[in-house]
Order: sequence, then structure tokens, then C-alpha cells
Amino acid sequence: MLIRIEVNGDPVSATVDPRNTLAEFLRYQLRLTGTHIGCEHGVCGACTVLVDGAAVRSCLMLAAQADQSQVMTVEGLADDAELGPLQTAFRKHHALQCGFCTPGILMTMHALLSEEPEADRARIREVLSGNLCRCTGYIPIVDAVFDARSSYQKNRPE
Amino acid sequence: MKLPPFKYASPETLNEAVQLLASRPGEAKVISGGQSLVPMLAFRLAAPSLLVDLRKVAGLNEIDVTDHGVRLGAMVRWCDIERHSQLGLAHPLLVEAVSHVAHYQIRNRGTVGGSIAHADPAAELPGIAVTCGATICIHGLSGDRVVNAEEFFTGALTTILSEDEIVTAIQFPPWPAKRRWSFQEFARRRGDFAVAGAMLFFDEDTDGRARGAHIGVIGMGDRPERLRPAENILNGRMVDVQTIALVANAAAKTVDPPTDIHATTDYRRALVATLVERALKASNKSEGGRAITDVNSY
Repeated sequence: MLIRIEVNGDPVSATVDPRNTLAEFLRYQLRLTGTHIGCEHGVCGACTVLVDGAAVRSCLMLAAQADQSQVMTVEGLADDAELGPLQTAFRKHHALQCGFCTPGILMTMHALLSEEPEADRARIREVLSGNLCRCTGYIPIVDAVFDARSSYQKNRPE
Repeated sequence: MKLPPFKYASPETLNEAVQLLASRPGEAKVISGGQSLVPMLAFRLAAPSLLVDLRKVAGLNEIDVTDHGVRLGAMVRWCDIERHSQLGLAHPLLVEAVSHVAHYQIRNRGTVGGSIAHADPAAELPGIAVTCGATICIHGLSGDRVVNAEEFFTGALTTILSEDEIVTAIQFPPWPAKRRWSFQEFARRRGDFAVAGAMLFFDEDTDGRARGAHIGVIGMGDRPERLRPAENILNGRMVDVQTIALVANAAAKTVDPPTDIHATTDYRRALVATLVERALKASNKSEGGRAITDVNSY
């Protein structure tokens, strides 16, 4: 079936098999391999992307269900060679080790800070509980997200 | 794992949707948020030949707060309940229970109708529906029907829904302003499925004695259940230390929980007593029944 979506600002129309998840579509058809597929049943959070601004697990959404929506992946966070503020904070605080879970965590936290730029550490941890990281522990991740808040507070539409 | 192959339809009306379901009896499934169904497909626990997506069907995502209570359209998502301005007052128990459902990303997709139709024995919303005496609104080929939540759930992941029927709404009875209530659950991590949960509410007569008590549990068997022996003990009594012990004890005796990978029967029985005790203690607080201990968090 034919779907028309917008991915990181670019219009895309493509033919998908109904059984394709959004994660599979992004990786295998659009070659946007920044979105990682971990558990494939909605537990690990590695495949988190934004659909119409809301963080969702792309392994639990059919590509067909994303028809007519706007999708943002981790590739949309950076401005060409320049890292976005959340990514910069992750580098500064060593908030990643192997990096497998990082795209999902970045997208989840980008959604959170876009919606709630005043989120405190407890709220960050609560939302982060839907993303599994098996390398670093979560303390540097929370530090990085907390540090990145100022950029989202500045960018907040009045 | 890659999902099994299926055909996909996204009809624009409920009638088209039920006709599609009826066109492949037993082989078609409804999908809305997909947060329970897609994992089932990934594990091959379900392999329907047709998915009927409700995303284009209008009018299923409304939250109505009226004198008749709260009505949730089947496609209301967890995040919609969380953000609604009136629900906190109109049904605080519902809002508190829903705050325990799943993680952030799932809350943006998961729907109340999906949770009800999926009927996981540890899920919060079926528990709240049974405890509150909510009714489930259903549409099928032969028209509409309304069923009490207690009759709707017939076993683990099993309901009275026929192959052509779709849950369209959940209706909760009105909630008096001064009602006492609490929701308590135990999960290994916040957002994970509960090992067990207890929820209750009661009103008070002029002497401060409990009346109209409803006590329900999740994760204690193949479906949510009300613990009427425990309710009967609570009714007519002041909620003091002695009553709390009696009710908690009755709750533990009434349930018949299974042993599984997460907990033994004895553990679950002890847990339900603890949760009912916590719930009764929390229900005595003026701010209502939010969790009084921090065991679930971080």
C-alpha cells in the first residue's frame, strides 16, 4: 500500500507491506539507520521516534499507521555537521557508551524537553524508565538531559 | 521478530469496520494504538489475516464529563487522560490508576478501548472498570449493546466480545466529591506490569462510617475482581487500625492467586493484604489516595 509521510521535514511517498513496522520502514526502505531496533516488542525504547511531535515506539506502530503524519528520527536532531543541544550535552556528560540505546533516549528526551522544558530530575527519570541502557547507568544521562534544558527553555515559543 | 503477514484496512465508519471484521470470522483483529496487539503479533501469539485500523473512524476519542459520570471513547489515549483538565476532580481514582499505565512512549499511543478489549489480568483500566461498576459500550453487526465490566471479562485475554464487535466507549458512574479512595500497586519498575494492585473507594455516613465500599484487585487471577467479603467488612465501620487489619485479612483470604515466574501464591496473597492496608491508610488522607510509600519509584 502507498503511504505519504514527512520524514525530518522531507516529503516521502513509498509503497509498504502492511506487516512493516515504522522502524523497519525507516531503516530498510529509507536507510535511516539511526533508529535502532532492539527488542522488537516495545520494551527497550531504542526505536523511539517522534510522530506528529509525540514520542512513540516505532516497532509498535505499523508504517501504514504513520500515513499522513510527520515523523522525526534521530537524524533530524543534528543540523548537518552540527550536533543539536541535547546531543552536545550527551557528549559533554559521557551519557553514552556503546551508543545502541542512545538514539531512542535522545528522541524520548527531545520530546520531553520540547513539551516540558522545566522537567526536574525526578520527571526525567520517570520518563527515562521506558528506555533501557545496559552500559552506562542512567546518572550521566540524567545529568546531560538536565543540562540541556536551558536550550529548550530558550527556544520555547512565547 | 518480523510480524506475520496480514492485510490492512482503515475504514472511515464503525459499520464498515464491523463488516470487515465479520468478513473474516475469527481471523480479523481490531487495531488502534497497537501497543498490546503488535507485541502479540511479534511473538506470533496472534496471527490474524486482517487488521482493521480504527484511526480514521471519527468520534471515538472523546472524553465526556457530565452529571451521568465520565465517558471515555475507545480511542482515548493514556496521555489524553493525563492531560485532561476536569478528570482529576471528576474521577480521581481513574486518573491515579492511569498514571501507572506503561511508559511515556506507550502512553502516547495506547488506548482505553485497546486495554479493555485486550483484557490483561494485571492491567489497570480493566481493574478500575470492574471496581467502579463501569459499563462497556459495544458495537457489532447486530447493533449496540452495553455490558457491565464485571461480565465483560471472562478470563485472561478473554472477553465476551463476538468476532464482529468493537468496544466503542467506557462509561463510569458519577463520582461524589467527598468520596474516599486509593489506588496502590506493586511493580518491579514504574510503568511495568504490576505484580499486583489494589484499588478501593467508599463514602462516609454522618458518623464517619464507611458505606458503599468497592474493593478490587488486579494480578490476582485470570481477570480483575471485586472482593465482596472485604467490602462487607468495611461497610458500617470506622476506618481505623482495627478495621484496616480486618479488611486486609479478608482480602488476602478472598483471592486465589496463581504461582508464576514473578511471584508465588503465598507472596501474592501477602502482597494483596499489604496493598489493601496501604490503600485504606491512604484513603483516610484529605489529599486522596495517591501512593503513600515510595517502593515503586526509582
